[in-house]
Amino acid sequence: MSFLSSLADRDRVFDFLVPATSPVDVRHGPILYLEDVTVTFDGFRALDSLNLTIDDGELRCIIGPNGAGKTTMMDIITGKTRPDSGSVWFGSRHNLLAMNEPDIASLGIGRKFQKPTVFEALSVFENLELAMAADKRILPTLTARMSGESRDRIEEVLETIGLIELRHDPAGILSHGQKQWLEIGMLLMQRPRLLLVDEPVAGMTEQEMERTAELLTGLAGKGKQSVVVVEHDMGFVRSIARTVTVLHQGSVLAEGSMDQVASDPKVIEVYLGADPAEEVA
Amino acid sequence: MWLSRPFRERSTQLFLGVLLAALAAVTFLNLALPADNPFHVSTYTVTLLGKYLSYALLAVAVDLVWGYLGILSLGHGAFFALGGYAMGMYLMRQIGDRGTYGDPVLPDFMVFLDWDSLPWYWLGFDMPWFAFLMVILAPGLLALVFGFLAFRSRVTGVYLSIITQAMTFALMLAFFRNEMGFGGNNGLTDFRELLSFDLRSDATRLGLFIATGIALALGYVICRAIVASKLGRVSVATRDAEARTRFLGYRVERFQLFVFVVSAMLAGVAGALYVPQVGIINPSEFSPIFSIEVVLWVALGGRGTLYGAVIGAILVNYAKTVFTGVMPDAWLFALGGLFVLVTVFLPKGIAGLLGYRFRGHRFKGRHSKRRSSAPDTSTSDTSTSGTREATA
Ligand SMILES: Nc1ncnc2c1ncn2[C@@H]1O[C@H](COP(=O)(O)OP(=O)(O)O)[C@@H](O)[C@H]1O
Ligand SMILES: [Mg+2]
Repeated sequence: MSFLSSLADRDRVFDFLVPATSPVDVRHGPILYLEDVTVTFDGFRALDSLNLTIDDGELRCIIGPNGAGKTTMMDIITGKTRPDSGSVWFGSRHNLLAMNEPDIASLGIGRKFQKPTVFEALSVFENLELAMAADKRILPTLTARMSGESRDRIEEVLETIGLIELRHDPAGILSHGQKQWLEIGMLLMQRPRLLLVDEPVAGMTEQEMERTAELLTGLAGKGKQSVVVVEHDMGFVRSIARTVTVLHQGSVLAEGSMDQVASDPKVIEVYLGADPAEEVA
Repeated sequence: MWLSRPFRERSTQLFLGVLLAALAAVTFLNLALPADNPFHVSTYTVTLLGKYLSYALLAVAVDLVWGYLGILSLGHGAFFALGGYAMGMYLMRQIGDRGTYGDPVLPDFMVFLDWDSLPWYWLGFDMPWFAFLMVILAPGLLALVFGFLAFRSRVTGVYLSIITQAMTFALMLAFFRNEMGFGGNNGLTDFRELLSFDLRSDATRLGLFIATGIALALGYVICRAIVASKLGRVSVATRDAEARTRFLGYRVERFQLFVFVVSAMLAGVAGALYVPQVGIINPSEFSPIFSIEVVLWVALGGRGTLYGAVIGAILVNYAKTVFTGVMPDAWLFALGGLFVLVTVFLPKGIAGLLGYRFRGHRFKGRHSKRRSSAPDTSTSDTSTSGTREATA
């Protein structure tokens, strides 16, 4: 019955019709819209009429004090948390509020959590292999043989994340920063359209931060991924961001270039008149 | 074909070469040398070695789930015993009317209990194909049901180990009961023929030894094929970071169930080969202590290597044979002491002594120096994965 009614549902794109590349419709520009999104936890408004638009291929940084709602916003986009009201669209075709977590992930939204978790006993290459989009049922996994195409894709991602020399080493020997890159590489294996990255440079060395900045700016672009970075390190944000969004008490306080934002009186007031570049975090 | 992949690995070639050479040598020393030659291997010894080989297959099965999937099963003795009972039931029915009571169908213990017909679950065991199928299916089915319930509820770590102990303990109590129809605490014994070969003849005993060696070789190859496949890498991923693996889109509980069932079936085959060689199967194989001993063999040999399990099973059981001959009461203390020594001085077991771990990769050797600095996940306590899961 549910199959029959799904046939009648004209909004639905059938699984077998969904092409391998994400079918997101970005002809109108933005890849992600959040409109008037409100989330309350026991009466507390974690997000309060939040509006946010991310353009296709954009690299956006989100900053804001602790508790501003940055993580909650990512939870909404990935389907982990449902908002009380508002709407969230991926391109102009997909209503994310009508989808569950795995479906949103397979649509091409990848999320990197703060703490990297890679498979330490497996090699860097094998970590990427497991992350690859593939038939993940038992028997196909047991008999899987890697195609030349998959191998090329893995090599390509290894190149992107700068771990090509270490590809046959166990992920356990990687430095903290390298593990973060591997984790980003694992997201890239699924060919996402939108990457959500939570605090990528926490605990990184100066050099690793620079490398990460290059990596993230290299990832974003038309026809490539759009990237949303939540970050506390202002130096890092200044080094990568074209547009910065400041969140405060669940809604957008200011938006613009880093310099615009840093000189915005509202932002300065929120940070008690201090230089936001020092105090935001 | 995925099953042929292990034959291209140097580690597997080496293992199979050593095993087959050992089988050939024992066969030669048993058949070709006269009994008074100091190098003659007696049939008694051949059977003893055959018993070790069946234990080795059981240890490989345990290592598959413990070493590569992170499931510390303390109940694999139950699967071994079920395979053994399936074989024992077939051997009982082969006795026919030559039992003490001369009943053409009923085994002696049923006549003794005044039963007048076979219980339904004994039907079909007079046919070898059916009995041999049950050797695999009975443990497989138990593992399927048990594993389905456990893995679906995401029971892992210490809790899983405890319920596997409970499972084998419950089965032991059940099989002790005469009304269950498996011979109570005496079990099944007085076997005569297997596929019409006389079980008391030297030739049959040598044949059983060789068959066990071949079963071990096949079991090893099957496990290697699983471990070296992408499914094996998913297993290792599950072992080390279950939640992360699930997040990548793998239905972790199904992979756990698959590997667990394969392992139980191998344990069943090991039990079936054990029974005709020792001549008896009774509920003591279900005892929780036995299952724990098997895990000790694997730990001593080196977890997560498969060949370490084989080495551990053979060495510990050889030591047990020697030791129980000299000081029978001290064996458990010796085993405990051995375990402490190996844990302290050889954390990777005997396999760790053998230098480097084969991982079935051509290019692995080049990086062995760097790898030594890697945190050793394979010997880490499985309970940590349970807590990691809980905090994730
Ligand atoms: N599951 C939840 N239940 C209750 N309160 C929550 C929950 N998740 C977040 N919050 C609250 O919502 C606010 C925003 O949190 P969060 O999105 O984590 O902020 P940020 O990531 O910007 O530091 C915080 O005050 C936090 O305590
Ligand atoms: Mg946060």
